[in-house]
Amino acid sequence: MKKKKNPGRFFIHILLILIAVICIIPFIAVVSISLSDEVEIAKHGYSLLPRGFSLSAYAFILRNPMKILKSYLVTILVCVIGTVLSLFIMSLCAYPLSRHDFKYRNKVSFIIFFTMLFNGGLVPTFIWVSKYLHLGNTFWVLFLPVIVSPWYLLLMRTFFQTIPYEIVESATIDGATETQVYLHLILPLAKPALATVGLFTILGFWNDWFRGLLYIEDSNLVTLQYMLYRMMGNITELQNAMTAGMMNIDLSTLPNESARMAMCVLAAGPMIFVFPFFQKYFVKGLTVGSVKG
Amino acid sequence: MRAKKARGMSKGQSKKNKKLLLMCSPALIFLFLFHYIPMGGLILAFKNFRYDKGILGSEWCGLENFKFFLQSDNAWRITRNTLAFNLVFLLLGTIFSVAVALMLNEVISKGARKFYQTAMFLPYFLSWVVVGYMLYAFLDQNNGIINILLRKMGEAEVMWYLKPGVWIFLLPLIFLWKSVGYNSVIYYASLLSIDNSYYEAASLDGASAWQKIRYITLPHLKPLIIMMTILGIGKIFNSDFGLFFQATMDSSALYPVTDVLDTYVYRALKVTGDVGMSAAVGFYQSIVGFILVLVTNGIIRKIDKESAMF
Repeated sequence: MKKKKNPGRFFIHILLILIAVICIIPFIAVVSISLSDEVEIAKHGYSLLPRGFSLSAYAFILRNPMKILKSYLVTILVCVIGTVLSLFIMSLCAYPLSRHDFKYRNKVSFIIFFTMLFNGGLVPTFIWVSKYLHLGNTFWVLFLPVIVSPWYLLLMRTFFQTIPYEIVESATIDGATETQVYLHLILPLAKPALATVGLFTILGFWNDWFRGLLYIEDSNLVTLQYMLYRMMGNITELQNAMTAGMMNIDLSTLPNESARMAMCVLAAGPMIFVFPFFQKYFVKGLTVGSVKG
Repeated sequence: MRAKKARGMSKGQSKKNKKLLLMCSPALIFLFLFHYIPMGGLILAFKNFRYDKGILGSEWCGLENFKFFLQSDNAWRITRNTLAFNLVFLLLGTIFSVAVALMLNEVISKGARKFYQTAMFLPYFLSWVVVGYMLYAFLDQNNGIINILLRKMGEAEVMWYLKPGVWIFLLPLIFLWKSVGYNSVIYYASLLSIDNSYYEAASLDGASAWQKIRYITLPHLKPLIIMMTILGIGKIFNSDFGLFFQATMDSSALYPVTDVLDTYVYRALKVTGDVGMSAAVGFYQSIVGFILVLVTNGIIRKIDKESAMF
């Protein structure tokens, strides 16, 4: 396909570069501040490029890393356990829904779809989960309430419908049970679908702070993002975390401002480098999701 | 003999259906636990909730909870903020996402396109807490990059987190920054499915680039734009809690502009501890939101049955 040189195209590039730069600049700012010298920040404020390169903010945080490591551990456990359970339970339901010969297909689909239209909202959910299910301040509350997402479940069903029914049919004729078909035939074929939904789910768990804010007080169960939130509200929380067990410290010499942003880099960091590599899957999930199922 | 065979078949059928239903049950149990039971909890709006008496045991109090909410001027303020911001987000979000998709479609170099897309997609991967930190780097009163610039230029600095007026513009900007790259993907993917021969034929007829967009590309996108708009209108009573809570640092000075239904309900529940009123506002949000979904879908059904959701 040949396209003619077009002066308009030049402006399009300029515009797109501008938008791309606007999208990236905040990342650069945060990294720069985290690498800046605390004295320079006190004198000149934040800037887009590091002032007086220094790693002291990171050294400061990593000198007493227990709290951060604990948050990493909680977050990773939530991501892994939550995502595996979520994929298992949702695919187990999405598979029958993709079968045209399943009698209750429409009824079950409606039960799922209806929760996307109507919900009880924050207050009843909060009281039910904390007072009746006794999940407040537990590890489970960080993922159980969202383990079945109606949206992703229906998305998965749409994926599954692309698997030809003949495969299932021939297997059942050979005497395979429904469970065998699901485990040995459907799941391997559905790998791309599982990967797509799994990535969205991991991203959701990694970035979640809301359930922490609602349900968690125990400092052993604080996820990364929730910890980051608590530190913004209260810089002394950061100091307390870092100086726990240390005596006679002049708090004014601590790299507060740069450490704040270094925490931000450490909390967002790993995933920001990982996720773009899987952009293809996110795009796929998006475009399938926008097709009416 | 025949009847027996048929019965055997249906027996096998019902066994198969039961087994498939059993496979659905874990997901259904979770939906029941975390979606359907809380729906029943909406009765809290009409009760004087006492923690020790529980949801069912607390006494009924009629419309008492609503009265209190409606008598304060909060009802109008947060409804207005919720609707106005969501409408602006919907309108600007659609325009910008479509525009970016159109521009990406004009880029020939694969590498350049990939770079733009990846850069614009990045903000989508961030949590709202991290976005709050990034904003803070720019808006902090003492050290923030923008105030430093203003000072250098000899202008007066702005106390961003104390000035509600500026957030009318800031919030849509932040919203666009975080979502355009992501949403444009939907439109861009749709553009790829346009048959190239349309454009070639148009070129032969001497159509300009703009005419091609106007008469080929945009009509192709129309159904998708309509569908995304319906979905958006259905959700117009629900705000992105993170945007309004984290980006503003939950600064109370900004509430006149930035307080929306979700943040109000959250505060009434967790900060001021007024469960009755927060339940009433939540009830109002759930019911009106649901009606909006039904009405929008009904209208769409009338105009174009194919585009309706249900």
